[in-house]
Amino acid sequence: MSHSDAPDEGRGAQSGKSRPVSAPYDSLSVTFREDQPLHLDSGETIAPYTIAYQSYGDLNEDKSNAILICHALTGDQHVANDHPLTGKSGWWDVMVGPGKPVDTDRYFVICSNVIGGCLGSTGPSSPNPVTFKPYGLDFPVITIADMVRAQASLIDYLKIDTLFCVMGGSIGGMQVLEWATSYPNRVKTAIPIATAARHSSQNIGFNEVGRQAIMADPNWHEGRYYDHDESPSKGLAVARMAAHITYLSEEAMQEKFGRNLQDRDKVTFGFDADFQIESYLRYQGFKFVERFDANAYLYITRAVDYFDLAADHAAGGTLADVFKGTKTRFCVVSFTSDWLYPSSEARTIVKALNAVAAKVSFVDITSDKGHDAFLLDEPDFFDAIQGFLSSAAKQAGLEPARTTGEAS
Amino acid sequence: MSEHLTNGSEPIIRVDHLLIASMVAPGTRVLDVGSGEGSLLALLEERKRVDGRGIELRQEGVNRSVAKGLSVIQGDADKDLVDYPDDAFDYAILSQTLQATHKPRDVLKHLLRIGHRVIVSLPNFAHWKLRSQLLLTGRMPETSHLPYKWYDTPNIHFCTLKDFRELCDELGATIGQSYTLNSYGYKLPYVVPYFLQNLIGEQAVFLLKR
Repeated sequence: MSHSDAPDEGRGAQSGKSRPVSAPYDSLSVTFREDQPLHLDSGETIAPYTIAYQSYGDLNEDKSNAILICHALTGDQHVANDHPLTGKSGWWDVMVGPGKPVDTDRYFVICSNVIGGCLGSTGPSSPNPVTFKPYGLDFPVITIADMVRAQASLIDYLKIDTLFCVMGGSIGGMQVLEWATSYPNRVKTAIPIATAARHSSQNIGFNEVGRQAIMADPNWHEGRYYDHDESPSKGLAVARMAAHITYLSEEAMQEKFGRNLQDRDKVTFGFDADFQIESYLRYQGFKFVERFDANAYLYITRAVDYFDLAADHAAGGTLADVFKGTKTRFCVVSFTSDWLYPSSEARTIVKALNAVAAKVSFVDITSDKGHDAFLLDEPDFFDAIQGFLSSAAKQAGLEPARTTGEAS
Repeated sequence: MSEHLTNGSEPIIRVDHLLIASMVAPGTRVLDVGSGEGSLLALLEERKRVDGRGIELRQEGVNRSVAKGLSVIQGDADKDLVDYPDDAFDYAILSQTLQATHKPRDVLKHLLRIGHRVIVSLPNFAHWKLRSQLLLTGRMPETSHLPYKWYDTPNIHFCTLKDFRELCDELGATIGQSYTLNSYGYKLPYVVPYFLQNLIGEQAVFLLKR
């Protein structure tokens, strides 16, 4: 099986690696060697590179039941299993599993850590093959298309020609759109959720605040904090806090926290976390730095900022030109209270798809949960996904859920 | 929107849907504008194997349609048809929806541009029951077919069969086929003259060509 030009595969934490941040953590992984470099939009290449991934369910004989899930900014490949670092259940546990909308008794589900990430795939915290030290800022700037290109090499490696579905929310949704555009013949159905075809000025602005918070932390050391004892966790926590606000709706935040005080009867006339919302955000920031690399945050947010599907694929043209001739069936989903990627962004995508008479469904789910709604238990959302997938599966001639087989 | 006109929620197939289905050639591309909960689209996909799309204003209808596996988007006939290219579909269908649009004339114009053929079904406001209610009671008519009070009806632009034929003329559309149904849902024979259809027809289905 293993011949010299084949990528290396592995499972489990690889001992001897310098930092836990770059180890694959109980994930499957495949390493593409120097002779199989990843060509980036910037013109640079990364080689070798590793893609860490998880899979659920079984690939059928004709390899027609594969669903690729693309994770969001701070997500990872641990979609439906307990997270190896936090011990919490997978980030899309509600959506993916036996009998769930993305039914792992029926589909073979794959999710890989994005290139530039920090949970096993090659990123700024991975060792630079030239210096044998972590890349830091020597890691080339990556784009959404680069992430997708890396995913495609994983899908090639798994010898899957056509994906039954590519789905994901937020910047995962951008990867879905990129897949449908870069590899239209390899994507039967696409489900971009709570996303946009390009990053807005406001969104770039929010990302910049996060990056500046990280870079203003003296422990950042121009990205070379790997050589020091401390990492820029304060800056990263602030970045997370600011971003977290954009994931919630004003309504949900007001309802959950209001002006409630945290474990006290009156304000302290100081700068402690008097309010519950302060305490909540501080906690979110604090938890986040345990599992995320600050430089990875810089690189991934940059990739999102650069995303502009129409500009990248139809210079001088419109978004509709990008989708011309597409055979992919789309199900676009937005949430009414999402102000990070509002419904209007989804409508823009739907309009473009309509303009080329593409096969598209579009649901704007009523929810007060803001952008994060796509991660939560929203029955209308689940019904739409389940209905869309099963009808597409029927059309594709996929067997209904198997009656035999081992539990995953 | 079409569900507005049903009596209750019995799962029987509506007679106008069957007539529309009879006008659609198998295996064609169909756009259903005002697709409601997707019953017509589902019928067309099942019986005519069409490649169907729908636009529906109400989110609930859209969600139910998508959950059924239909390609339906949330959208507004008055606003969103402009995004569709010319000749994108073999048939553009407007089932019991024209009277609920803000600009019926523009909607029809867009449909004639988007669809090679256009199928329109609509209630006839000149039906004798409506005429007599207005004449005898002096109040806005309400029937089992059109059960709304004047102030909460979604139907804001009623027309008669005669009005509709005139609009088609004005837009240069020819009526290739048409069926008029009486209040029992039976097709009136072709020999019934138009003025009489306009009196005893409760609804009608038209197949239009440019």
